[in-house]
Amino acid sequence: MDALTNRAQAVGRKPLSLWERLYLPAIFKGMAITFSHIFRKQPTIRYPEQKRPFSPVFRGLHVLNRDEEGRERCTACGLCAVACPAEAITMEAAERLPEEKGLYREEKYAAKYEINMLRCIFCGLCEEACPKDAIYLSETFAPSNFNRQGFIYGKDDLLIPNPKTDPEGYEKAKGRKEPTTAG
Amino acid sequence: MADQQLVKVTIDNISIEVPAGTTILNAARKIGGEVAPPAMCYYSKLQGSGGKCRTCLVEVSKGSEKDPRPMPKLVASCRTTVMDGMEVKNITSPKVLDMRAGVVEFLLINHPLDCPVCDQAGECHLQDLSYEHGKEGTRYEFQRRIFKKHDIGPYIQLHMTRCILCYRCVFTADQLTQKREHGVLDRGDHSEIATFIEKSLDNDFIGNVIDVCPVGALTDRTFRFKNRVWFLKPMDAHRDCPSCSGKVTLWNRGDEVYRVTARKDEWGEVEDGPDGKPAWICNTCRFDKKKTSDWVIEGPRMINRHSVISANHYQGKVGMIKPTEIFEAVHEGRKPKLLMDIHKVSEVNKPNVELSKIEGPAHAKDFRGAK
Repeated sequence: MDALTNRAQAVGRKPLSLWERLYLPAIFKGMAITFSHIFRKQPTIRYPEQKRPFSPVFRGLHVLNRDEEGRERCTACGLCAVACPAEAITMEAAERLPEEKGLYREEKYAAKYEINMLRCIFCGLCEEACPKDAIYLSETFAPSNFNRQGFIYGKDDLLIPNPKTDPEGYEKAKGRKEPTTAG
Repeated sequence: MADQQLVKVTIDNISIEVPAGTTILNAARKIGGEVAPPAMCYYSKLQGSGGKCRTCLVEVSKGSEKDPRPMPKLVASCRTTVMDGMEVKNITSPKVLDMRAGVVEFLLINHPLDCPVCDQAGECHLQDLSYEHGKEGTRYEFQRRIFKKHDIGPYIQLHMTRCILCYRCVFTADQLTQKREHGVLDRGDHSEIATFIEKSLDNDFIGNVIDVCPVGALTDRTFRFKNRVWFLKPMDAHRDCPSCSGKVTLWNRGDEVYRVTARKDEWGEVEDGPDGKPAWICNTCRFDKKKTSDWVIEGPRMINRHSVISANHYQGKVGMIKPTEIFEAVHEGRKPKLLMDIHKVSEVNKPNVELSKIEGPAHAKDFRGAK
């Protein structure tokens, strides 16, 4: 039968030479390569004390944004949910009452807002679709969990801290765009 | 009619023969597609409508066979009747396209861009119009007009800021209900749809103003903020109604009826019933029958696939058939070891919170017991 290609090679059955039969030189050569790595620069990063710099376009865990006055920006328009290719976002809207004016920016708001992080593929289309600058992908990952229940993120988990009452938490959650590690 | 003589009219190089007395707009709608000019105020089912919004202006490049001079200005196609041998240019005329962009800009001058809040978004004619014919930006830098809020009852929500004053709702109230209680008050920039003395609109059939409103000025208060239209499942249904045809479109989420509207044709107008009359629906059908058991469901409503409403993936048989759990069948009777019931974790769409049963929009208190 003809070979399909001409790249086939016959297995060499040549007996080992004396140098090869000595065995130890090859071992020492291999160990020299191994131990030479001790003197090289370490690529390991001591996470979580030390963190890798994120790329400026990194897409991590979502945050629901507030405006300068601490009112929620989301109006539950559903554009993030319709843009979501993984169908991870669900929400329920409610009407703002006159006494809730300080809480929500528009007359309609998301009473419930949920992202299923098991489904989310972090594509960032929700951020692109949002007409109200309400949802952003931050520079954090979803923390690991043993249970799937922990990956259903509600509004408590997603909302950014109020800049009026908790300015430090707000700044922290907003994240920085420069690298988070020193060197 | 004895004088059913046909006249030949050419619209965008497509010839069609229509009875004399037909308007250019209706002749173009017979051809269909993009040849038909958009219309914001004209409603073929309402007498006297049209001539206000100027979106349907077309160029008449040849008046008729006898008088072939072109008409000096663009004409409103909803109010101009065809002549024999008339030649009309709609999308083939750069003048018309330029004018239409201008008209859209004028219509949007006072329109608040609150589509994310508005319940009409997704089925709004002004949205479609501005996407298809408008320009991207706005040149208007001033305060948009604002109005004192009028409460017009538990069924209909009025947002005067969104109104484009097409007068369709006024004609609807005149022609369908026993008594018209609302109208356009004041003049010019101040004109607004209102009842003169604070009054609620609750005549039977008044709910049809919601369907005829091309924008989100008049919306269903029983559906207010409940869901976005593109997440709902539109289905044709009917019931034996003593006062109306009972032929409606149900907008469901699961088994819950969120909203009931009349059936609309490709021009966004209420469809004709089997008797040839427009199938307007009564207030009982629209606002009170919010249970699936009230209706006989015919099947899924066909939605244009270019519409955002088809983003709900409920076309065809999907949505009419409940998915069955096949885990046990494919695993030879073995039950799943770990099963997460999403309702135990999720706070959205709780089985014990039925939004469709709430009158008017939901508030924070409606969700409080959900946990």
